[in-house]
Amino acid sequence: MPIFRSHILVCGGTGCSSSGSQDVQKVLRDEIAKRNLDKEILVVQTGCHGMCEMGPIVVVYPEGTFYCRVQASDVPELVGEHIVKGRPVQRLLYSVPEDASRVPFYKDIPFYGKQHRIALKNCGYINPDNIEEYIARGGYEGLGKALTSMTSAQVIDEVKASGLRGRGGGGFPTGLKWSFAAKSPGPKKYVICNADEGDPGAFMDRSLIEGDPHAIIEGMMIGAYAIGADEGYVYCRAEYPLAIERLKTAIAQAEEFGLMGTDVLGTGFNFTLHIKEGAGAFVCGEETALMGSIEGRRGMPMPRPPFPAVHGLWGKPTNINNVETWANVAQIIVNGGAWYASMGTEKSKGTKVFALTGKVKHTGLVEVPMGITLREIIFDIGGGILNDRKFKAVQIGGPSGGCLTEEHLDLPVSYESLTGAGAIMGSGGMVVMDEDNCMVDVAKFFLEFTQRESCGKCVPCREGTKHMLLLLEKITSGRGTMEDISTLEQLAEMVREMSLCGLGQTAPNPVITTLRYFRDEYEAHIRDKRCPSHACTALLRYEIDPETCKRCGLCAKNCPVSCISGSRQEPYRIDQEKCIRCGTCFQKCPFGAIGKN
Amino acid sequence: MTNKIRTLDDLRRIREASTDLTSARSKGRASIVVGMGTCGIAAGAREVMTAALQELEKRNIHDVSVTTTGCIGMCQQEPLVDVIAPGMGRITYGLVTPEDMAAIVAEHIVNGHIVERLVIGRAD
Repeated sequence: MPIFRSHILVCGGTGCSSSGSQDVQKVLRDEIAKRNLDKEILVVQTGCHGMCEMGPIVVVYPEGTFYCRVQASDVPELVGEHIVKGRPVQRLLYSVPEDASRVPFYKDIPFYGKQHRIALKNCGYINPDNIEEYIARGGYEGLGKALTSMTSAQVIDEVKASGLRGRGGGGFPTGLKWSFAAKSPGPKKYVICNADEGDPGAFMDRSLIEGDPHAIIEGMMIGAYAIGADEGYVYCRAEYPLAIERLKTAIAQAEEFGLMGTDVLGTGFNFTLHIKEGAGAFVCGEETALMGSIEGRRGMPMPRPPFPAVHGLWGKPTNINNVETWANVAQIIVNGGAWYASMGTEKSKGTKVFALTGKVKHTGLVEVPMGITLREIIFDIGGGILNDRKFKAVQIGGPSGGCLTEEHLDLPVSYESLTGAGAIMGSGGMVVMDEDNCMVDVAKFFLEFTQRESCGKCVPCREGTKHMLLLLEKITSGRGTMEDISTLEQLAEMVREMSLCGLGQTAPNPVITTLRYFRDEYEAHIRDKRCPSHACTALLRYEIDPETCKRCGLCAKNCPVSCISGSRQEPYRIDQEKCIRCGTCFQKCPFGAIGKN
Repeated sequence: MTNKIRTLDDLRRIREASTDLTSARSKGRASIVVGMGTCGIAAGAREVMTAALQELEKRNIHDVSVTTTGCIGMCQQEPLVDVIAPGMGRITYGLVTPEDMAAIVAEHIVNGHIVERLVIGRAD
């Protein structure tokens, strides 16, 4: 095998691909070939590094030099300077927001400093389309160990000992779940990977499949061995074409290498894996709805019990876990449950991947040990609030989650602590908000989502969320009454108590927590007809201060509805009746004469 | 199919054979740094680097990294090669020819003996 002195890793995740990494990769390969370096420099496409905002990301090894926002036009310089002459291209290195100093190496970037990557171990480090790179990193060792030296009961015990809990949001102990399916009698059982990631802003499942598909496959096979299944499904939404493509390649390679199919590793264990593309309904992330969808029925939840472990896919015992849960399994088997349990808090073990978005300096995927504080995630890893504004709240757990405030910043993150504060772990979405975000508007946004995604089967969810949304719309448009708040509270409680599945049961969470922590904002909307964050357009009022106005007429010229009048002699004024509150005049005025209220 | 994995030993064998795929993504046990500024290239650093890679390949050594660096200001001594190996600090060799490079790999990297006749600088 020829020796490549340097590997250039180009991120090929969805994030970096959409910012042009495919072009970068092509130009890079051409440039390397043109300079006759293709015998000593290898270009590798990898999965996601998590720092998608800085993409396309290119990492040059062995040094581990981390380049951000590399464009195709930067490639000749990068090759000529770094690869040929050994001089890193300073302007493309990561720049620290505080002092604009450049950080050359991957490992020194603060974003990665506090992370502990287990599920994401291989993401951004290996070529996901090459099974040999996965094997080189110890891949399929877990499966080998389980199949050749452990009984299925021992595998379940090891997972129980690890303390791993469902990473899709429920937080149910994985080992225990497996033991139910294992106990169910029957020759035919199934394992399912839930990759129906639907939370706005969450993309860890997609990145995991795109960056390390074999880890999911290996985890599923270990699970199948543990419960006695020989067939599996990955339920992945069709909106993730790249993930599906990588998964298909991975399955084909595993079969080709004899790691999937009949008599795996000569142990008599058989396994086949199918991919089911979902049409993207949020409710299909609920396990009974998901199985219905695989069977070809409409995705609607069913009352439980019977639980899938007893009566699952096509009536057979079935075990469903989320992508991130499966991704942890192989490493738990290789390193032992005690190793995994040594990280995290008393009841929440190991690490969790969060999708950090919103008003933080660094958005992206971060994997942190459980028990880390929100402050560390948002300020140390995320770099703090964008434009150094004031932190207001963080919405955790997606549309079913809740908003936490400044007082929760030092809360150690775990399933229990988040639930206690009114949020949920959920799939791990984390939306950071600053003082410009109106909390009533935020609650409305998330409720709009769950309301739209409600399957309509049960009345509390179908009608309850609809009426809650109508009330929120009433409040944000300035027509609310104080009574609406108590009606909202009653409805929220009812929907939570009476809905059939998790979607409805958690849908009121954003409303409940914002009412708990930001009640004064609701009251301001109702009593003062005012939005304290100036976010609700219906309650906004733009006015021109006649003293500051220099009568330049820029506002009037730019107003799309021509509601501003005035002249060189007359100060300009806005006709409030006609104003659509678009804010154009506010942005255009060079003298700051227009006030927002 | 030569790569068919039928036993755990097959898996281990493939793992062994595959480690080289990603070995260049870690620093390795030792590293060779070739000066590739304009001065270095003019003095023949390109050939020296190729010699280093060929020698490593010939000896089937995959855990030694080979990188480049810019001009360090001692242009009359180019091609300059630094070798960093555990316990021996950073040794700078000057006026290195491709033949010298092969000797450096054999002596310094493999046998752990510094090639004294070519040394022009040492650092920890």
